[in-house]
Amino acid sequence: MSQALIEVRDLWKVYELGDVRVEALRGVSLDIAKGELVAVMGASGSGKSTFMNLIGCLDRPTRGIYRLEGTDVSTLSSDARATIRNQQIGFVFQSFNLIARTTAVENVELPLFYGDIPIGDQRRRALQALAAVGLGGRESHLPSQLSGGQQQRVAIARALVNQPSMLLADEPTGNLDSRTSSEIMELFRQLNVQQGITIVLVTHEPDIAEWARRVITFRDGEVMTDVAQKGRQ
Amino acid sequence: MKLLRMTFHVAWLALRRNKLRSILTMLGIVIGVGAVITMVSIGQGADAAVQQQIMSLGTNLLMVVPGATTAGGARSGWGGVSTLNVGDAEAIKRECPAVSDATYFKRQVVQVIYGTQNWSTVAQGSDLSFPNVRQWPVASGSFFTQRDSDTANRVAVLGQTVVDQLFGPGQDPVGAVIRIKEVPFTVVGVLQAKGQTTWGQDQDDVIVMPFTTAERRVVGAQFLGTVDMIFASAESSSEMDEATDQIRGLLHERHRVAPNQEDDFTIRSLNEMAQASQSASQVMTTLLLSVASISLLVGGIGIMNILLVSVTERTREIGIRMAVGAKSRHILLQFLVEAIVLSMMGGLAGVAMGIAGARATSSIAGWPTLLSPTAVVGSFLFSGAVGVFFGFYPARKASRLDPITALRYE
Repeated sequence: MSQALIEVRDLWKVYELGDVRVEALRGVSLDIAKGELVAVMGASGSGKSTFMNLIGCLDRPTRGIYRLEGTDVSTLSSDARATIRNQQIGFVFQSFNLIARTTAVENVELPLFYGDIPIGDQRRRALQALAAVGLGGRESHLPSQLSGGQQQRVAIARALVNQPSMLLADEPTGNLDSRTSSEIMELFRQLNVQQGITIVLVTHEPDIAEWARRVITFRDGEVMTDVAQKGRQ
Repeated sequence: MKLLRMTFHVAWLALRRNKLRSILTMLGIVIGVGAVITMVSIGQGADAAVQQQIMSLGTNLLMVVPGATTAGGARSGWGGVSTLNVGDAEAIKRECPAVSDATYFKRQVVQVIYGTQNWSTVAQGSDLSFPNVRQWPVASGSFFTQRDSDTANRVAVLGQTVVDQLFGPGQDPVGAVIRIKEVPFTVVGVLQAKGQTTWGQDQDDVIVMPFTTAERRVVGAQFLGTVDMIFASAESSSEMDEATDQIRGLLHERHRVAPNQEDDFTIRSLNEMAQASQSASQVMTTLLLSVASISLLVGGIGIMNILLVSVTERTREIGIRMAVGAKSRHILLQFLVEAIVLSMMGGLAGVAMGIAGARATSSIAGWPTLLSPTAVVGSFLFSGAVGVFFGFYPARKASRLDPITALRYE
């Protein structure tokens, strides 16, 4: 097993909603190595979304340690977490989350803009990233002019443009039909196999989880099962 | 630098996405800035016109009139008693170092006749210092001479209004003989047109003649040598107070006014009058400005309102930006720049509108306007400040959004 990219030790997330105390995550410990393709599964309310928010540095744990590439990021300030999100993590969402009325290439440039990349390089790298996901020639299309699958490809290009160490996909195929879903999953698999990008997929669909080589299942804020599998080719 | 440029670009795109809304939001600022500029132009124009009229009497002018001004008891008004005389005027000219020149006059309303025309005007007996002190040269012919004065010659210098009333177009008044109170006078010169005083009196409706002639032929004074008023010019505007003190001291001495006694003369300065009218117009300008500022304030609230709507509408976008690495200061800056662009564009349009408004006021209402660069630059900058001030709250609100909540916002 190669070096651990993610090291999580006894991670807790507790929400206090008035008098009600919700323990969304109850002492999760696990490692994810570089180059893995992991599916995180679980019913809604199982804590998988909370887990993804935490490892995506969108949120801070109540307790516990989270090391990303050996650095403890569980106690960082919101600005420091923004930098981590910008440099080391690429997000892909169920609802694509592209900025409306903004062209594909401008959407892809967004992380570069916040990452202090020279303007000249921004456009070039954004175009490369779009070409890499098979959207060459559609750079000036608006999200509304693209199909769901194409929009998700733009989102993937945006996630990859800053060459992050990990790609976090939250129900990436939830809004797509099964054929397009397979295309997107195939793209993920290629990125994982050919470029060695670590991918963490959050999903509740078993046939999507099939693509992964490791499936972690959450239940009531804890890891219920963590199994390796062959992964669809 | 690059960040700022990109932020401006993003703000510009965001504003262009909602063109009509942006324009309507700007309108408050446009009207506010436009109103400020127009109002200040009108105020300053009026002020300049008044100042010019006051100064047309002469520069650094002090007026000495007989009689007291202090209230209480029964008193004659200014000029009610003839306590000033030619000797006082000559002494002021001679003995007060801060006074550069002085003149005096005695006046009476008279009927003048030339040919078949007649006109009622003011005959004013004065001395040779008159054109200098009043800054009032002759336009044609010449002023009367020392010799005319010494021998009480029947010569007259006419104001432009008198010329217009008595003589037809093309007729040269110089050399003509007119009759004042049945006494024939030779016209030796015509004074330059001077226009109205601040209080609307036509200064050109006057006939100036040697003091001696006026006394003997026209006014017929009971007490020879008394004058209605003395005009003294100070050496400079900074020496006005000094000149006033010197004149007061001199007249005290000459009139033997005891220290506990009330002055039998009053000294007024034109600068005082100018200041009074200036402060009046300042009150006016302040009033207009405050009305215009309210409009700017309302415009600012409009901007804040729209930005709050915009923050809510674009919560998802803010979440996305945060997810891909925007820090809170990036989001803050973005909305702040949007507010500033909005208000500055409004300000720019307001400047154009204000200038157009001032021009229109001049040409339609005929009011004098004076475009003030201070008002233009100041109100433009102020519009930017309004943007910063009213944009800050919505921008901060946006920057403090939680990325997770923002991303899930529907």
